[in-house]
Amino acid sequence: MEIKKNTKQYDVIIVGSGAGGGMATKVLSEAGLTVAVVESGPYYDPANPEQMTQLKWAWESPRRGAGTTRPFGDFDQAYGGWDIDGEPYTQKDDTNFRWFRSRMLGGRTNHWGRISLRFGPNDFKKKSIDGLGEDWPITYDDLKPYYDQVDKLIGVFGTKENLYNDPDGFFLPPPKPRLHELYYVNAARKANIKVIPSRLSVVTKRINNDRGVCFYCNGCSRSCNVYADFSSGSCLIFPAQNAGGQIDLFVNSMVRTVETNSEGKATGVSYINKDDGIEYKLRGKVVVLAASACSSARILLNSKSKQHPNGLGNSSDLVGKYLHDSTGGDMMAFLPQLTNRKTYNEDGVGGMHVYSPWWLDNKSLDFPRGYHIEVWGGMGAPTYGTGFNVNHFNKFFGLKAGGYGDILRSDMKKYYGSTIGFSGRGESVAMKSNYCEIDPNKVDKYGVPVLRFNYNWTDYEIKQAKHMQDTFEEIIHNMGGQPLLNKPGIESNYGLTKPGEIIHEVGTTRMGNNPKESVVDKFERMHDVDNVFVVDAGPFVSQADKNPTWTIMALAWRASDHIVSEFKKQNFQ
Amino acid sequence: MRRRDSIKTITLGAIGASYFLNGCYGVTQEKIKRSLTRYQYGRTPQEKLYDDQLFNQDFFTDDELITLDKLCNLILPPNENGSIKEAEVVQLIEFMAKDIPSYQKPLRDGINWINKESALNFNLRFTDIPEDSQKKILDKIAYYDPNKDMNDLPDEVQWFNLLRNLTVTGYFTSQVGIKELGYKGNSPNVWDGVPQEVLDDHGLSYDEEWLSKFVDQSKRLDVAKWDEHGNLIS
Repeated sequence: MEIKKNTKQYDVIIVGSGAGGGMATKVLSEAGLTVAVVESGPYYDPANPEQMTQLKWAWESPRRGAGTTRPFGDFDQAYGGWDIDGEPYTQKDDTNFRWFRSRMLGGRTNHWGRISLRFGPNDFKKKSIDGLGEDWPITYDDLKPYYDQVDKLIGVFGTKENLYNDPDGFFLPPPKPRLHELYYVNAARKANIKVIPSRLSVVTKRINNDRGVCFYCNGCSRSCNVYADFSSGSCLIFPAQNAGGQIDLFVNSMVRTVETNSEGKATGVSYINKDDGIEYKLRGKVVVLAASACSSARILLNSKSKQHPNGLGNSSDLVGKYLHDSTGGDMMAFLPQLTNRKTYNEDGVGGMHVYSPWWLDNKSLDFPRGYHIEVWGGMGAPTYGTGFNVNHFNKFFGLKAGGYGDILRSDMKKYYGSTIGFSGRGESVAMKSNYCEIDPNKVDKYGVPVLRFNYNWTDYEIKQAKHMQDTFEEIIHNMGGQPLLNKPGIESNYGLTKPGEIIHEVGTTRMGNNPKESVVDKFERMHDVDNVFVVDAGPFVSQADKNPTWTIMALAWRASDHIVSEFKKQNFQ
Repeated sequence: MRRRDSIKTITLGAIGASYFLNGCYGVTQEKIKRSLTRYQYGRTPQEKLYDDQLFNQDFFTDDELITLDKLCNLILPPNENGSIKEAEVVQLIEFMAKDIPSYQKPLRDGINWINKESALNFNLRFTDIPEDSQKKILDKIAYYDPNKDMNDLPDEVQWFNLLRNLTVTGYFTSQVGIKELGYKGNSPNVWDGVPQEVLDDHGLSYDEEWLSKFVDQSKRLDVAKWDEHGNLIS
């Protein structure tokens, strides 16, 4: 096979352009370092009219926005999904891990839910609290200054609440709740569940003169063309380029391995250019992996050499281990009070305006970790599927359903916006027995060995899922609602989502002080290879009952500062 | 296959060719074909290719399309707000049958069923019988007990439910349908809470304690500044 070498040596090669890679790109380029960003998907700019889906209407798609080609619908901005043609992954035994990938500049930050929760002090020392998993080698206080910086740079709305494990930050003001969210506030409080304004990285008040201010189209999953929400491209990479950063962007470039020399140090990466199918090599003094927890693990495990026979930086045999995703459980209800609604524009931001952080103490419960509750509902933009089973709720009034004719028009209006839903998103316990590894028998269409997953939930997660369902049922009862669908029982793990479905996979290159028990150190530098860093969610020791993005960015900023100081000390040649 | 063949015999015997030549409902494969350039919705090159493939395939025959058009118009008759034609519902159903191939068999079987039913009762195919006769057939399959599992109901009831779903979603995701529904979003605006009269109708209000925390929309364009404790001061 032809291999082309680029003669330039970069200070840093960054693999991946999502939250971690974007942050590294910004911090390292602003320090004057030369940077190559290698991204497996195409260039993407939310403001490019050719790529834009924001403000499109259902009828502008021939399938009215259905989820046939993109799993969250035609207008969602993730190029990829759980299944990508030619890029398979396999499962060990009868496990079923679902691996979501988004191949585009900015990665999954273009479509994510913008829920921006910093971890709290307890989230870094779970083993000390419940004896399970492992403590982080850093504390909340180590990361707090970086969380503060991320808040001020990117923007996140929220309110000061003085909750110990849900620390306050530098918040923009939040939007007022919608009607169904007010119903939630009252019903949840009746059940002694705390409700506070959401914390989303949406610019409700101007944060700087380069980015626009939210105009409330509810389209954050479509990525904002005025950059009023956080995407890695619009908020990190483009500003770094505009500030004169020495950044070379390699798109459609799938990294296969990290290259090493006879001393076992990284010398660069090899990647396959998807446009011409040819393998290229890039040289760099430092390699920063930010390809996502599982992709970075895959690259490391595929980077075998005489010095690293078990994969790069894998002397601990822990690369790929401790893979864990958030748990998920959902329930939906019909609210009779919300039939025949007056219609008005209640789009708001792309996500809930209120939520419930974990409100209980696990010491008095039969499962060790908590979850937060997200709320959804209301008069959303109609897309494919709106109007299915148009008058099925007739059953709550003892009436037959179905029919045809003008009655369907009035039924449609009667029930439009009359549902509310709840999603629990919880912390699972990181297990060594849950992992990804290289499948020795399969390669993808680029000839690169693929990942094989092995993942089973434990009783900890299943009991937590049961608690979610019981809680949702109580909330629905309190608001006078009617649950839709039957309450899931033990036969379906109480509705617990499949691992990977919440798309918060973390832990595959976990950090620690002991090289035998961890893959990277507290600055996300590999124990075995001192010029390779991992700045995606791989280094997470435990995933809190929070979403990972804010912590990925705070950690990546901290690691990048460390890389800069090491360059200043001339520790990278 | 045998069932299909017998229906073919019945339908061929029951119709007059002139009907097709006139195409009185105006929907044919030829008319459904539209150039991809009409749809500009941020596709990747691969997605464009896939859409293009679907546009270049035909699934329903012209007489099936005419039957679908009649059925959709019975499900949602035109009114002053809009029609199946304006909402391009039949075009959507043709597209979805290719986009989600599992729709193909039930949709086609259903059309055959209703023509057979029509032939048995009225000796004519469905599109050739008067509307009150058409409704007599629909009345047998259009209503269902919502406490029962749809999968346990007869095939023709399931088929009509699928067709009703596609028709209602097709209409209410169209320009005329969304306007009729009253959805007012997907456009730049400034959200400042639920309208007061709606709060009053529901007996709800915003907490006094919370009100001071929400965004002051008159200052949304002022650059955010904080004191060292994270209190917003601009």
